[in-house]
Amino acid sequence: MKKSNFPESQFELQIPDPLRTDEMTLSMGPQHPSTHGVLQVILKTDGEIVNSARPQIGYLHRCFEKHAENITWHQVIPFTDRLDYIASMNNNLGYAIGVERMMNLEVNERAEYLRVIVAELNRIASHLIALGTYGLDIGAFTPFLYVFRDREKILDLFEEICGARLLYNYVWVGGVAYDAPEGWREKVLEFVDYFEPKIKEYNDILTYNKIFIERTANVGVIPADVGISYGVSGPSLRGSGVNFDLRKDDPYSVYDRFEFDVITGKGEMGTIGDTWDRYWVRVAEMYESAKIIRQAAEQLPEGDAKETIPRNIKVPAGEYYMRTETPRGELGYYIISDGGKMPNRVKVRSPAFCNLSVLPAIAPGVMIADLVAIIGSLDIVLGEVDR
Amino acid sequence: MTAQEIHDTIQGKFPDVIIEFNDSVLQPYIKCTPNQFNEVCQFLRDEEELNFDALMNCSGVDYGEELGVVYHLYSMTHRHKIVLKVNVTRENAEIPTVADIWRTADWHEREIFDLYGINFINHPDMRRILLPDDWEGYPLRKDYVQPQFYNGIEIAHPDMKGNSDEEK
Repeated sequence: MKKSNFPESQFELQIPDPLRTDEMTLSMGPQHPSTHGVLQVILKTDGEIVNSARPQIGYLHRCFEKHAENITWHQVIPFTDRLDYIASMNNNLGYAIGVERMMNLEVNERAEYLRVIVAELNRIASHLIALGTYGLDIGAFTPFLYVFRDREKILDLFEEICGARLLYNYVWVGGVAYDAPEGWREKVLEFVDYFEPKIKEYNDILTYNKIFIERTANVGVIPADVGISYGVSGPSLRGSGVNFDLRKDDPYSVYDRFEFDVITGKGEMGTIGDTWDRYWVRVAEMYESAKIIRQAAEQLPEGDAKETIPRNIKVPAGEYYMRTETPRGELGYYIISDGGKMPNRVKVRSPAFCNLSVLPAIAPGVMIADLVAIIGSLDIVLGEVDR
Repeated sequence: MTAQEIHDTIQGKFPDVIIEFNDSVLQPYIKCTPNQFNEVCQFLRDEEELNFDALMNCSGVDYGEELGVVYHLYSMTHRHKIVLKVNVTRENAEIPTVADIWRTADWHEREIFDLYGINFINHPDMRRILLPDDWEGYPLRKDYVQPQFYNGIEIAHPDMKGNSDEEK
């Protein structure tokens, strides 16, 4: 007979099996520093290993699509600013080009060049934030200060051209809201000269840092076919080695006049498509954006940037799906017009939304700390995920 | 491939599916019936010449009498595009899912279910995605009336005069 621990008592002390572990459900977010906003991820964990990750989104849903049906064509533009609030110029641009193509509107040359310059400046600003916050996620604080120092200079340029530092409302249907002030072009060229050598600083402090590579290489690999099936786009897809950039593959504005390369992940530090590759694509893309800005600023034609802005926007009945390359990937506007003063439907195909949807597919089996690295490398902006 | 050739290829394989083909608009579209839609999409993705491996966008639309879903497809290898449209009635809003063909459709279809109330048959996880689970109604339908209260909390709309689209 088994000896009782408490002979006098009716109760036997139950000794738990030391090897038995329970699956634990853990709620990461919505208030969590590494989720880049109000994102909740429900984790099922086995110790430190993630068994499944389910993103819960919608905390920042502001009914953009419903609002867009009740305001005029032009009033939609400030709303697009607030989708991806750290790359607002790119958001304006996609919507404006979509409406222009429906109206069959030719845009003034100078305005087109200014658009390219601001869009690429904004791409650099956005990639800088991606770099800085990614460093924070991994545990490197200093790069964040470096990138904000340089992003500040871009914001100063924006402030000078449109008066705003974050939400610009600058690219309008038919042109841009303001022509560049005197001397702005030279300041842009000055900035590019200043900025290009600075990328080496980021590489020295973060990109080729041994600890950083240990944390990011071979983590969160997205195979190319999985990425395409999940609708991943932009730097996150190019990190997987897919040569797909809408500025080359589906050209818009005047991008076909500039020389630049499409950067793809090569698996330098580990596997193709790991988080380091996605990070590296962003760093190298800043070089390319700087190249485009330099060419556009040097070729900037004379003229009136506000010449082709229509007084009344009349969009003929029809529909159009316009996609542009934003810092996060393929931003699509599906616009339906019934010929009236207001859009009948504006659907936003948000790149961050699709990029985030791949998380449940690549999360199983990684450590919780690596999950933070994966979410950071997808570079999501919750304003755009939830719209 | 041009839109006409894509249309002919589908027509050859599935003669009863295509309702309408319009090549004269900016982006040509093919209107299909809801039945057999999953098979058509599988064919579009797997057929060597078509190879539509990317679903760019999937969007719900309220046409008034009918609801619809619009699919924008793109082929990474052949670089051609096509638009597919499926219309359903408001009472019987059901479409076969394509989430098993393009994984990105999973979240897009959940969003359409959330905002338009179109049910996707055989979808792996048909829940609301952007709105709270206990939200009532489908906000992007044109006949949607905004609720006055949500869980006993008054919803103020200072910039809107009425609750429905007509009153604004």
